[in-house]
Amino acid sequence: MRNFPLPWSTTAQGGAVHADEVRIRTPWVLLMALAVSLLGLAHAPSTLAQDAEAVVLLEALDVDDYAAKGEAIDAIVSSDDERARDWLQALLDGRLQRTDDGRFVVVLDNRGRDWPVENALTGEALGEMSRRELERIGINNALRNQLRSALAVVDLYSPDLERRRASAERLLGEVDDDLSGPLAEVIEEATDDRVRERLSLALAIHRLEQGELEAVAELEGSLHPEVRVALNRAAQGDDPVLATSAGEALRGIEQTLKLNRAAETLYFGLSMGSVLVLAAIGLAITFGVMGVINMAHGELIMLGAYTTWAVQQLLPGQPGLALILSIPAGFLVSALAGVAIERGVIQFLKGRPLETLLATFGVSLILQQLVRTVISPQNRTVVTPEWMSGSLAVNDALSLTLNRMAVLGFALLVFVGLMLVMRRTRLGLEVRAVTQNRAMARSMGIRATRVDILTFALGSGVAGLAGVALSQLTNVGPNLGQNYIIDSFMVVVFGGVGNLWGTLVAGLSLGVINQVLEPWAGAVLAKIIVLVFIILFIQKRPRGLFPQKGRAAEG
Amino acid sequence: MQSRSWLLRPFSERSTQLFIGVLLAALALVTVLHLAVPAGHPLNVTAYTVNLFGKYLSYALLAVAVDLVWGYLGILSLGHGAFFALGGYAMGMYLMRQIGDRGTYGDPVLPDFMVFLNWESLPWYWQGFDMAWFAFAMVLLAPGALALVFGWLAFRSRVTGVYLSIITQAMTFALMLAFFRNEMGFGGNNGLTDFRDILGFSLRNDATRLGLFIATGVALALGYVICRAIVVSKLGRVCVATRDAEARTRFLGYRVERFQLFVFVISAMLAGVAGALYVPQVGIINPSEFEPIFSIEIVLWVALGGRATLYGAVIGAILVNYAKTVFTGVMPDAWLFALGALFVLVTVFLPRGVAGLLAYRFKRQRRSSDDTATPQEASA
Repeated sequence: MRNFPLPWSTTAQGGAVHADEVRIRTPWVLLMALAVSLLGLAHAPSTLAQDAEAVVLLEALDVDDYAAKGEAIDAIVSSDDERARDWLQALLDGRLQRTDDGRFVVVLDNRGRDWPVENALTGEALGEMSRRELERIGINNALRNQLRSALAVVDLYSPDLERRRASAERLLGEVDDDLSGPLAEVIEEATDDRVRERLSLALAIHRLEQGELEAVAELEGSLHPEVRVALNRAAQGDDPVLATSAGEALRGIEQTLKLNRAAETLYFGLSMGSVLVLAAIGLAITFGVMGVINMAHGELIMLGAYTTWAVQQLLPGQPGLALILSIPAGFLVSALAGVAIERGVIQFLKGRPLETLLATFGVSLILQQLVRTVISPQNRTVVTPEWMSGSLAVNDALSLTLNRMAVLGFALLVFVGLMLVMRRTRLGLEVRAVTQNRAMARSMGIRATRVDILTFALGSGVAGLAGVALSQLTNVGPNLGQNYIIDSFMVVVFGGVGNLWGTLVAGLSLGVINQVLEPWAGAVLAKIIVLVFIILFIQKRPRGLFPQKGRAAEG
Repeated sequence: MQSRSWLLRPFSERSTQLFIGVLLAALALVTVLHLAVPAGHPLNVTAYTVNLFGKYLSYALLAVAVDLVWGYLGILSLGHGAFFALGGYAMGMYLMRQIGDRGTYGDPVLPDFMVFLNWESLPWYWQGFDMAWFAFAMVLLAPGALALVFGWLAFRSRVTGVYLSIITQAMTFALMLAFFRNEMGFGGNNGLTDFRDILGFSLRNDATRLGLFIATGVALALGYVICRAIVVSKLGRVCVATRDAEARTRFLGYRVERFQLFVFVISAMLAGVAGALYVPQVGIINPSEFEPIFSIEIVLWVALGGRATLYGAVIGAILVNYAKTVFTGVMPDAWLFALGALFVLVTVFLPRGVAGLLAYRFKRQRRSSDDTATPQEASA
């Protein structure tokens, strides 16, 4: 039995309860257990004293008097029974129920007419039971609060570190007089820094509520919402000295919060921008080299995303491996599709860029409808591997989702990779030569057709990579590409054709601009504003942010 | 040079005579078959079909408008759907106001969707749309004003080629997003619908539908003649010169952007008229008309029919939309395949469209040398 006083105990007076008082009830419990087993109400398979004791503990819950129920909860907490936590949780959720014949069960799923249940004592599954055979052990709001704090304290002693941390987290703003004493002890003994920090904060909030001026200093700089609530209350309180210092602390916190919010907006903006960069950079290459608008670029992105989905279907249960494998797979699938488009359509339309636009639009319609017919018009979900889900908490107000960070990193990697291809390889050299002056490049012995095919494959492959990345952020559906094509064009046009840096800067800045506008104007209006901005921008600088200079610009 | 009115000049051409003749004959034929042939007779044209033809004709007018800028000016506008929709919305607003207190909520002034959104009074831009002359003026002015502002900005800074195509697409996309918003006051994604009557005639009457069909046919004829008149004038020659060699035309001393702007605005207004005639026949206008795909589809009609011929645009619009009606009725899934294939096949194998095919067939008979020269792509 734990020897710390139970703050919520109805027997507790002013927080000074001794363990003995709890222990006093034990003989009664034993007696009752005996009585109960004699009456044949206990259906537990074993008649061990421990189970009997447990039955008595639960039995005490099934009374009409809420005060008595409260005491029964205390008793369960003070018992060393390892099932205590599950019982309390089940009781809190309304899943601790009693059958017609008096057994205690935990309902596992309370949907439908028949509920699967398990024995509360043994944990053995009892199959399904009709809801009519069961009776819930009711609780009221006071008990609910008691249960919550009880669970938190029980967890503080859990051997599981994660559970201790979560419990400390929950206690913020929940501390009252009864809890403050024992908490101080727990803090002394706590081995984990995080638990200690959280509990001290919880205690400081409590002390602030008691009107202690020193508590303000301790709370200063914390970004937790509960701290702000407490400081706010203190700032509006009666004590003028406390109110002033709380107000000051609050202002400091608000300042930090503002910075955090800006950082968050920037992060979301960069993340959105990185998606735009990924989607647009392939387009920038093909457009730059061949002067060709590939309207099917969005569908090549879609193909990449579907490849991810397909690879995951082939490797069930290994989403991480599947995702890594789909990077080359997505590249290849889209690159092959791109080559097919180039050989099948675009090569016949040399020198007619507007016709190419129309023809590739036709290809995009066919690809979309193909996916709808062959796979499904419905969206497919791609599983995010564990190491990419969740988020990285920088502080209490700012946490960065890992999948977006991964996409951001991936986009930068792809960018650097493309940069290297363009700057350091033979292909890159030839591509740049053809971009600048096709005729001259050809007369220098560069096989322009071959360069066209390879460029198109490269640009399309990058679209496939974009699709792989996108599958981690949005649903994969036939319309995926359509949603990005106009944005990608905007990025290319904004950044300037044939300039990878331009695409990077344009994509990231458009993403950030969009995110900055969004809270102020709403998502749709923000998008409209960005579009109008680009339309106006084109008037000022028809060749984008970073126009090509020299003779190439006249091509 | 010529004493005759500029509007009558195209009639000296064989192609115009032929086109207007065929169009008027078709109008008359449909009217007769609808009115005089008893229902149930195989030759009878039902009210539904008349309505459908009316829709095709408004699309044809839209295609003519696109052909004017794409065929003769070299501007591939991927945003003409926006002008069409704006004209449609102007007409829709007039029709909305005509409903009066017959709406579901019975408010004499506010359209149903505004009552639903708890709006207190009519927004300022809805004022005046209860008067037909004002609404019909707006059918021309709203798209015209947008084209004027947009074109002035674009042509002044010499945005051409694919860049222009992309920003026209962005324009219609932005407008679509805007019109989807309920706060805009145009009915959000439901758009404007439940129309009752136009100029006092009930829209549910077969006679009104026939009237609208004929009106659309006449508008198409008029629009065609106007475009033709522009094309055969000196202005039109400058346009073709701009299309084929913009820089050279500029060096010859023409203010290219002014010609472009003028023709672009005319084309937008024609598209607006087409939209205004489309809406009462279809009974609804919503933001989906702003979708970029619709605007690209219009270009396909023109490409299929044959660029820079005007009558080719009409043929293309009717052919594609007839195919669409048939396909979506019989096998809806196949339509997008067919449309996609059309895009590819027409651009690769039929660069001059159906009209080009016809011209090739009847090459020997065609002695009169009108200016249906092969459009040369200005290098982008």
